[in-house]
Amino acid sequence: MGANSTTLAAPEPRTTRRRVLEFFLGGGVLASILSFVYPVVRYLVPPVVADLGGDEVVAAKVGELKPNSSKIFRFGSRPGLLLLTSQGEYRAMSATCTHLSCTVQYRNDVHQVWCACHNGMYDLNGRNVSGPPPRPLEGFQVHLRGDEIVVSRKREA
Amino acid sequence: MTVIAAVRDWIDERLDLEELATPLREKTVPVHRRSYWYFLGGITLFLFGIQVCTGILLLLYYRPGANEAFESVQYIMTRVQFGWLVRSIHSWAANLMIFTAIAHMFSVLFLRSYRKPRELTWVSGMLLLFLAMGFGFSGYLLPWNTLAFFATKVGTDIAGQVPLIGHPLMVFLRGGEEVTGATLTRFFGFHVAVLPGITTVLLMVHLLLIQRLGISVPPGVEAAWKADPRQSREMFFFPNFLLRELMAWYIALGVLGALAALLPWGLGTKADPFSAAPAGIRPEWYFMFMFQTLKMIPPKIWRLDGELVGILMFGLAGAVWTLIPFLERGKGRTQRWILGAGVFAVAYMASMTVYGYLAK
Repeated sequence: MGANSTTLAAPEPRTTRRRVLEFFLGGGVLASILSFVYPVVRYLVPPVVADLGGDEVVAAKVGELKPNSSKIFRFGSRPGLLLLTSQGEYRAMSATCTHLSCTVQYRNDVHQVWCACHNGMYDLNGRNVSGPPPRPLEGFQVHLRGDEIVVSRKREA
Repeated sequence: MTVIAAVRDWIDERLDLEELATPLREKTVPVHRRSYWYFLGGITLFLFGIQVCTGILLLLYYRPGANEAFESVQYIMTRVQFGWLVRSIHSWAANLMIFTAIAHMFSVLFLRSYRKPRELTWVSGMLLLFLAMGFGFSGYLLPWNTLAFFATKVGTDIAGQVPLIGHPLMVFLRGGEEVTGATLTRFFGFHVAVLPGITTVLLMVHLLLIQRLGISVPPGVEAAWKADPRQSREMFFFPNFLLRELMAWYIALGVLGALAALLPWGLGTKADPFSAAPAGIRPEWYFMFMFQTLKMIPPKIWRLDGELVGILMFGLAGAVWTLIPFLERGKGRTQRWILGAGVFAVAYMASMTVYGYLAK
């Protein structure tokens, strides 16, 4: 404040006082609105549920699948696809289509993995070969433990 | 009669209802050879009323939840007297309502009723159409059958593709990372509380705007009437137009009753999150053109995922469509563009829908 402002000194304190009051009133209202909105927004976000499936699951028993057939198994909270090829080899992969998340199935007539929703095709290694899927299906490891077929996530080397 | 008249007089003396009714009495509807298009909005409103009534009836027996929803709808269909009829009417009226709403939208577009001063009427109408689709999408899941389960999976996955906000939006819609019973509970909440609340407010705004601005006369007819005012014709809304509208409603009710009775809505099989999507799966007809487009789009367009491009294009088209009245600049070129876009949209939607049903 310089000497020039002294002539305006009379109205200024009132303006300033009003401003301060408005600031506190507005700030208070805003803060109370935020204090209502914040819990509501947090309430709308669902709690994260732990994926209890872990990295390993028993997908089937030996002998359960005939050659050239498949089954869908529960891998944590998502479906997985276990198939036994005509050559007698087990393959396992995620059953969630990489296009728009439908659940895929094995087509024993064409020996490919097929998504019925948008006609996407994958080969037996889960590679996307035709239709709209942009990426391959996530592949899983299969090994036998006694008469159990155990499927696990591929470990990074 | 004297009792009714006495009650009316008693209320009128205190509230002056006559004054409130005056604008309605003075309201007129233009009469010309395209007047019949004016019925579509009213029919849509009527079908919405049917949805509210049958929806409330269904609420008396429906139970949301992954273990109960399918069984409760089965109970409504097989045990509750006329339950099959109430549910069939709810499903059929939903489809008819979407159809008449789309037809209403295109009639407004081609008759150019969206032009000044009715821009906001158009915008509110478009928002109502999107809400109607939201009703359709959320209601479709409620019986918890296989088709609905996968339709919801795909639909919410599409929402998840939106850049930046996609994933949180998908989690919000699903009530988690996957489509589960939590999704069903949320969709039930949207369907019976959130959407009806927003729709009621927006519907009031839409109707108030129509009441305030009067009914649009197509530009060609308007010009002819201006040149020769003796040609201009109109009728009173009450009772002349309303009685004609009631006839239209009666026909709509007849069609609805016949469809619901002769082709009762099926229930399908209960959703199993750990089964493959069945062959021949497809969405409701009004999502068919988008479904078919997504099916045909290549996996990669330039460096982007094809489906993302498709979803962004549809989102952009919807936004531009809503803002059409603001894109029209005077007479001439923009008008022809909008007309062309309208014809293209009808042709695209119709041909893709038919193709979607024919294609394997």
